[in-house]
Amino acid sequence: MDRIARAFRRPEKRAALIPFLTAGDPSFDASFALFREVIAAGADLVEIGIPYSDPLADGPVIQAASLRSLRAGFSLPKAFELTAALRRDTEAGLVLFTYVNPLFQYTPERFFRDAKAAGADGVIVPDLPVEESDPVRAVADRYGVALIPLIAPTSGEERVARVCAAARGFVYCVSSLGVTGERAHVSARVRELVAMARRYTSLPLCVGFGVSAPDHVQSIAEYADGVIVGSALIRRLERAMADWPEDEAAWAEAVRSFVRELNFPLLRQAGM
Amino acid sequence: MTQQNAYPDALGRFGAYGGRFVPETLMSALQQLEADYRRLAGDPAFQSELRGYLETYAGRPTPLYFARRLTAAVGGAKIYLKREDLNHTGAHKINNCLGQALLAVKTGKRKVIAETGAGQHGVATATVAALFGLECKVFMGEEDMRRQALNVFRMRMLGAEVVPATSGTRTLKDATNEAIRYWVEHVEDTYYIIGSVVGPHPYPMMVRDFQRVIGDETKRQIVEREGRLPDMLVACVGGGSNAMGMFYPFVADREVALVGVEAAGRGIETSEHAASIRRGRPGVLHGAMTYLLQDEFGQVTPAHSISAGLDYPGVGPEHAWLHDTGRARYEPITDEEALEAFYLLSKTEGIIPALESAHAVAQAVKEARSMDKDQVVVVCLSGRGDKDVEQVAALARAPEGEA
Repeated sequence: MDRIARAFRRPEKRAALIPFLTAGDPSFDASFALFREVIAAGADLVEIGIPYSDPLADGPVIQAASLRSLRAGFSLPKAFELTAALRRDTEAGLVLFTYVNPLFQYTPERFFRDAKAAGADGVIVPDLPVEESDPVRAVADRYGVALIPLIAPTSGEERVARVCAAARGFVYCVSSLGVTGERAHVSARVRELVAMARRYTSLPLCVGFGVSAPDHVQSIAEYADGVIVGSALIRRLERAMADWPEDEAAWAEAVRSFVRELNFPLLRQAGM
Repeated sequence: MTQQNAYPDALGRFGAYGGRFVPETLMSALQQLEADYRRLAGDPAFQSELRGYLETYAGRPTPLYFARRLTAAVGGAKIYLKREDLNHTGAHKINNCLGQALLAVKTGKRKVIAETGAGQHGVATATVAALFGLECKVFMGEEDMRRQALNVFRMRMLGAEVVPATSGTRTLKDATNEAIRYWVEHVEDTYYIIGSVVGPHPYPMMVRDFQRVIGDETKRQIVEREGRLPDMLVACVGGGSNAMGMFYPFVADREVALVGVEAAGRGIETSEHAASIRRGRPGVLHGAMTYLLQDEFGQVTPAHSISAGLDYPGVGPEHAWLHDTGRARYEPITDEEALEAFYLLSKTEGIIPALESAHAVAQAVKEARSMDKDQVVVVCLSGRGDKDVEQVAALARAPEGEA
């Protein structure tokens, strides 16, 4: 069984926790340490965000994280270095998140070859809709890396069916209209979206965009297989960096404690 | 003509360019928009209503003017100006805005958004929003709001809300990012009026179709005046909507040379220019595959031009394709050359061009000089220069070297 599938079959978990951090934010070394904290604190899979100059699907928090990373000198090949370094001591699923232009410029062939060699299990490309995805998926399949697609509340049944039929790894269900970022509530529409997708795939269904708090995680776990948390986690990191600019241990603690908080409602012995 | 009907293909591709590289949330809306557009584009009632607005509201047809003193000053081919600057709101942008706003109205949308660089598209959008009673938000880079303060006031007077884009380079590229992000969140009740032949399919096709009135009129007018087609068309290219509108009806007329003019800023050998076709590589920007200014790893690099409307690191995908097929050629004009042409046209013809259009004038002057006196060049004078007067005056006051 591959690492993505395994991440969703942990007997002690009701659903998988999938934190997102931007690679290289605020520096390569600091970000490596933060990803390790996240994994140690209970992540079943992690999303490794590759910073991009024009992140169309992202709100201000991840835009700012991308900018910090790029200003610190991050470039695409370092994402593979970071992944390989993490892979040395974890069996957690590692999923790269990249916009399509960096992937095209690097070429899909090199991208998936290097992703595979680094130990990445999947790749999410938020601006690569199913219509445009066949050539990319062909390369991903050849290297045994899952091209994980997204569905949205506006997709409609026909598109959901088509996306699910071509899905690998898991299906990323976008919780609400809009870009990434914290929200007070998770839209009820995503529950219907997940239910619709269930009819078309047996792959795990994960919910992301706007998931900001343990009670969001808890309610999503009732119907989905995984919960993705990005902006809320990065905001904890930003706050720690603002409060303790030089103290990387404090950043790690902020990230660790939030991931634990998010993880708690997913643990079966927490008894709900 | 078959070529014109064949592109874009079913995936919205012009050769390798175009397509739809957007978040999934927008895909259904784009498919719906394409279906709505195709239905209404073929509806004579829609077309006649649009024609009515173009004639009685925008002031079409715009004149094709023979620039006699400019021609004499250059001493080569006859130079004609297609006077898009005489449209209501002062540029070609209104052609597209009327078409798209009417489309929004017919499909039941009461809210529109737009991005703007120089502010011309923002003003045109705010104008049609007022005309049709639509709620309007215009996204504009903070840097451009400073450069084009007058247009910011205009949009507000027209009842639009101007939303500053504070990310990235704070120019057109970032205003477009912000508009797309806003659209992702409000896609169910908001129509996005893109201002150029850029963005995901069907926008490049649709904007081209709404702008082709420029070329259609030009063709009729030049045949009336000269009894034949022109030897050359020259138009500036940022995203490229005035150029595409001018070129499109002539694409099948192989004897007509099509020359697009890119902003070379401080020179294409420097890093400060907006020459996407000359100096960029194919990549994805704002939902389309096209030529793009970018670094080795695909990070979009900032564009520079004296003119806010050309200050864009990408270009419409159909231009990318016209370039690759060799049907059109794309030439660079620097800030300095554009300024020179700005003064030249003002002084020889009493027409103050937009800095964008001054790029086209500069290239036309270069071309005309080496052509015969009986040859004909038509320049698309895409906009008037009122919005740029303050900026040009400030440059004239600045010490040597700071311009």
